[in-house]
Amino acid sequence: MNPFSSGTRLRDMIKAIRACKTAAEERAVVRKECAAIRSSISENDQDYSHRNIAKLMFIHMLGYPTHFGQMECLKLIASAGFPEKRIGYLGLMLLLDERQEVLMLVTNSLKQDLGHTNQYIVGLALCALGNICSAEMARDLAPEVERLLLTRDPNIKKKAALCSIRIIRKVPDLAENFSSPATSLLKEKHHGVLIAGVQLCTDLCKVSEDASNHLRKNCTEGLVRILKDICNSPYAPEYDIAGITDPFLHIRVLRLLRMLGHGDADTSEYINDILAQVASKTESNKNAGNAILYECVETIMGIEATSGLRVLAINILGRFLSNRDNNIRYVALNMLMKAISVDSQAVQRHRTTILECVKDSDASIRKRALELVFLLVNDTNAKPLTKELIDYLEVSDQDFKGDLTSKICSIIEKFSQEKKWYIDQMVKVLSLAGNYVKDNVWHALIVAISNAPDLQGYSVRSLYKAFQLSSEQVSLVQVTIWCIGEYGEMLVNNVGVLQVEEPMTVTESDAVDVLESCLTHHSTDITTQSMCLIALLKLSSRFPPSSGRVKEIITTHIGSVVLELQQRAIEFNSIIQRHQNIKSSLVERMPVLDESTFISKRAGSSQANISTEKSNQQLPSGASLKLSNGVAKPAASPLVDLLDLSLDDTPVPTSTSNDFLHDLLDVGLTNSSSSGVASASGTDILMDLLSIGTPVQSNTTPENGSSIKAKPNTATVQVVDLLDGLASNGSHPGAQSPVHPSITAYQSSTLKITFSFTKQPDKPQVTQIHATFMNLSSEAYTDFIFQAAVPKFIQLHLDPANSNHLPASGNGRITQTFTITNTQHGQKPLAMRIRIAYKVSNQERLEQGQINNFPPGL
Amino acid sequence: MIHFVLLLSRQGKVRLTKWYSPYSQKERTKVIHELSGLILARAPKLCNFVEWRGYKVVYRRYASLYFCMCIDADDNELEILEIIHHFVEILDRYFGSVCELDLIFNFHKAYYVLDEILIAGELQESSKKTVARLITAQLVETALMFNL
Repeated sequence: MNPFSSGTRLRDMIKAIRACKTAAEERAVVRKECAAIRSSISENDQDYSHRNIAKLMFIHMLGYPTHFGQMECLKLIASAGFPEKRIGYLGLMLLLDERQEVLMLVTNSLKQDLGHTNQYIVGLALCALGNICSAEMARDLAPEVERLLLTRDPNIKKKAALCSIRIIRKVPDLAENFSSPATSLLKEKHHGVLIAGVQLCTDLCKVSEDASNHLRKNCTEGLVRILKDICNSPYAPEYDIAGITDPFLHIRVLRLLRMLGHGDADTSEYINDILAQVASKTESNKNAGNAILYECVETIMGIEATSGLRVLAINILGRFLSNRDNNIRYVALNMLMKAISVDSQAVQRHRTTILECVKDSDASIRKRALELVFLLVNDTNAKPLTKELIDYLEVSDQDFKGDLTSKICSIIEKFSQEKKWYIDQMVKVLSLAGNYVKDNVWHALIVAISNAPDLQGYSVRSLYKAFQLSSEQVSLVQVTIWCIGEYGEMLVNNVGVLQVEEPMTVTESDAVDVLESCLTHHSTDITTQSMCLIALLKLSSRFPPSSGRVKEIITTHIGSVVLELQQRAIEFNSIIQRHQNIKSSLVERMPVLDESTFISKRAGSSQANISTEKSNQQLPSGASLKLSNGVAKPAASPLVDLLDLSLDDTPVPTSTSNDFLHDLLDVGLTNSSSSGVASASGTDILMDLLSIGTPVQSNTTPENGSSIKAKPNTATVQVVDLLDGLASNGSHPGAQSPVHPSITAYQSSTLKITFSFTKQPDKPQVTQIHATFMNLSSEAYTDFIFQAAVPKFIQLHLDPANSNHLPASGNGRITQTFTITNTQHGQKPLAMRIRIAYKVSNQERLEQGQINNFPPGL
Repeated sequence: MIHFVLLLSRQGKVRLTKWYSPYSQKERTKVIHELSGLILARAPKLCNFVEWRGYKVVYRRYASLYFCMCIDADDNELEILEIIHHFVEILDRYFGSVCELDLIFNFHKAYYVLDEILIAGELQESSKKTVARLITAQLVETALMFNL
C-alpha cells in the first residue's frame, strides 16, 4: 500500500512538509499528497474525506492549486453529520470565492441547513452564507434569513443579522425587507445581538434613504439609552476591556448616531448631551478608551454639533497629537485634516505640533503631517512655514525628499507675494534638493527672473554663489548656466546690487570657469552640456576678451560623439570664427517671456518648455527662419512664443544676413529637387534646411546654414560648403590636373552635356565627373533634372546641381558633379544611360541617351 | 468592513487567511506577497497602520506572528487593533497559552474561532466568555459523532 495514502493523519502531513529543507522537496511532498487525495476522492472514500479536506486547506494556504477539492467540499456539506458539514463549509469558504459558478450548487444545501433543527448547523450555514454568498444566492436565500432574524436564540439571531448585512450589500433592493426586523433587534439585551443589530442598521442607512429616516424617527431614543447604559454601567466582567464596558458596542452606537445625526439638526441636538458625556468621561490611557474617543470626535465632526462640542473635540485631538503613541498621533493627524473644513482656526493653533510631526521618524506620520501642513498654509504663515520646511528638507530622508520638495515648491509658487522672496526660496530649494525638483518648476523660475529686470543681477549673483556650494544639483546647475549666459555682464559688473547683498567680485574668467566645470562634471547630462555650449556662445559676445578661451572650450566638443553637442559645437565655432558681425545680435538678450502665457500654456499642455533651450521640438517647416530677436521688449507687447515660432515683427537686424539666408534657402530649394538616382546625403542636409528636421536651437539662425557642415563623416560625399562657395558648386577640391580629356557626353539639337573627369592618384577606381549642361535652344528650360543609370559593377553618387534653370542659347550653364566608382576598374569600361527632364514654356520634355564614349582607363 | 484577515510569520509564511471580499486565487497570492513585503519591513517603533492601495491595513505583532486586517479608509483603526487583541485573547483562552505551533497544527480550529468572532467582515461577539462557550459546545457536538 502506498505509504502516502490518505491514511496519513493531518498532523503527520504537516510535520512532513515542515521538515522539508528546500522548496523542491516541499513541492514533491505536496504533489504526493495531492495525488493521494485525488485518488481517494475519485474512489469516493467516505472515511477520509474529512481528513482530505483539512489537508487540502493546509496545502491551499501554502499557495498550491487545490480546485480539484471543490466538489468534495460540496459532498461533505451535503452529508448528514455535523463534523462533516463543518469542515465542508470551512473548505468552501477557503477554497472558493463568490465569483466561481460552483458556488451556486451549494444553494440547495444551504437552504436545507438554514431550516435545520440543530442550531449549530444553522449557525454554520449562516456563517458560510455571510462570508461568501454571491448576489444570486443572496436573493434566493434572503427570505430564510429574514425568518431567522426573528428566532429567539441569540446565537442564531446575531449570525442572521450579520448575514443580512452581506445580503443587503450584495442586493441593495432587499433593504426594505430588513428594516423592521433590524429595528426590533435594537431592543435586545444580548450584547452580541446588539452589536450585530447596530451594524445592520448602519449598513441599512448607507444603502437606503427610507431606512435611514425610519431609523431616525424610531430608534434614536433607544440608541441613546443603550449608550447611556453602557457608559454608566458598573464593572461587568464579561464585557470589560481596560475598565470600559464593551468598547465595541460604544463605537458601533456612536457610528450609527453619526449616520443618523448627519445633516439633521434635531437629532444632532438630541444627541449632544450623550456625546459630551462620552467625550469627557472616557479615560484615554488605554487603546480602548482612545478608540472610543476617536469615534466620538468623528461623530462630533460629522453632525451639526454646537460650537462647545466642537471645541471639546478639537481639544481631544490636540491631546492626541502630543501623545507619545504613534498610532494616536497618526489618527489625530487624519482627523485634523477633516477638522480643517469645520474649524480651521482651531487647527491653526496646533500648527507647531503638526510641524514637529513632519519631522517624525515614522513614514506614515510624516506623510499625513505634510499633507496637513499643506492645507494649513495661508498668506500670513506662508513665510515661516516655508522656512521651517526648507530647514527640514536639508535633513530629511531620501525617499521623503521628493514629496517634500514638490509640496514646498507648490507653496512657494502659490503664496509668494514678492519676487525677491520667491527667487530666494527657489534658490534655496534648488541647492538642497535640485535633483528632485520637477522641470516645470525651474522653468517657472526662469520665466520669473526674466520678468523681473531689476532682480536679474541679484538672481544671477545668488545663483553663482549657490553654485559654488552645491554643484551636484542638476536643476540648480541648469538654471545657473542659463542665467550666467543671459546676464553674464550683470554678474561681472555688479549691476543692480541690492542693499542686502554682500559685495562680491566675479571676473569674466570666473564665469567662464563655471561653465567649463559644468561641461566636465556633468559629462553624462546632455541637456546641461547643450545649455553650457550656448551659454558660452552668449558669453563670447558679452565678454569679448574671453572670446578666445570660449572658442577653445567649444572647439573641444567638435568631436563629441553626441550629435546634438557636436552640432552645436561646430555651429557655434563657425559663428565665432567667421560671423563676428552678426554674433552680437544673435545672442542679444532674450525677450521677456510672458508669464501669463507661460502659466496658461503649462496648464494646458504638458510640453510647454518655453523658457528652456533644451527643447528638441521639430520646428514647423514654414517658419524656418528663426531670426534673432531684438532687445527685451516691454512686457505688454505680444511676445515670442518659442514653440509656435511665428515670425517676429521686429525686422531682421542686418539686411545682408537676410539676403544671404534667402539665397541659402533658394539654393536649398533647387538642389533638393535635383537628386539623382542615388542622391547624396548632401541633399539630405539641404532638405533638413527646409524642414529643419535636426534639433537646432532657438535663437541663432545661421546655424541653419552651418548645419550643412554638421555631418562631416560621410566619406563618399563632397560636403558642399554653401556658405563659403555659394555658386562654386563645381569647383574642384584642390589642384588635380585632369588626367582624362573631357568629352561631349550627349548632344542633341536642344541640349549639350559635357563631362570632365578628375581622378585622385590613390584611388584608381573612383572618378569624379563634372557635368556641364548647355541649352542650345532659344527658350529657357526650367525644372531641369538630370538622371543617370549605370551597370551593376559601377556605383554612382550624384551631387546636387547648382541650379535647375537653364537660360536659353547657352547664356548660362548648369553644372553638376558626380562620383563614379568602377569596381571592375581595368576590366570593363564605364558606360552610362542618361535621362534629362525639363520644362519648356510649361510643357514637359524628356531626353534620353546612352554615353559610350568614356575615355579608357576610368 | 474588514476585507481580509492575514496571519503571517516573521519569515513571511502564511498561517491563516480569511477573505471577506472577492479575491481570486491569483489576486490572493499577489496581495499576500505585497503585504508581506510592506509589513515585515517595518521597524518596531512605527505606528500600526499602513496605507495600501487606498485601503488601510492594521497590523500587530504577537511574538513571531503578524496579525493583519485590511479595512476601508474611513474605518476606525484603533477599534480594529482592539478586535485583533480580542481574537488573540480568545485563541489564548482556547488553546491555553497559544503559540505559533498550535496555530500551524490546529489551523482548522483557529478558523472555527475566527468564524465565531467575525462574519461578513464585521464583529459578531464582544464577549469572550460567550465565544468560548459556543466553541466548546460545537467541539462536544463534533466529538460525539466523529473521531479525528
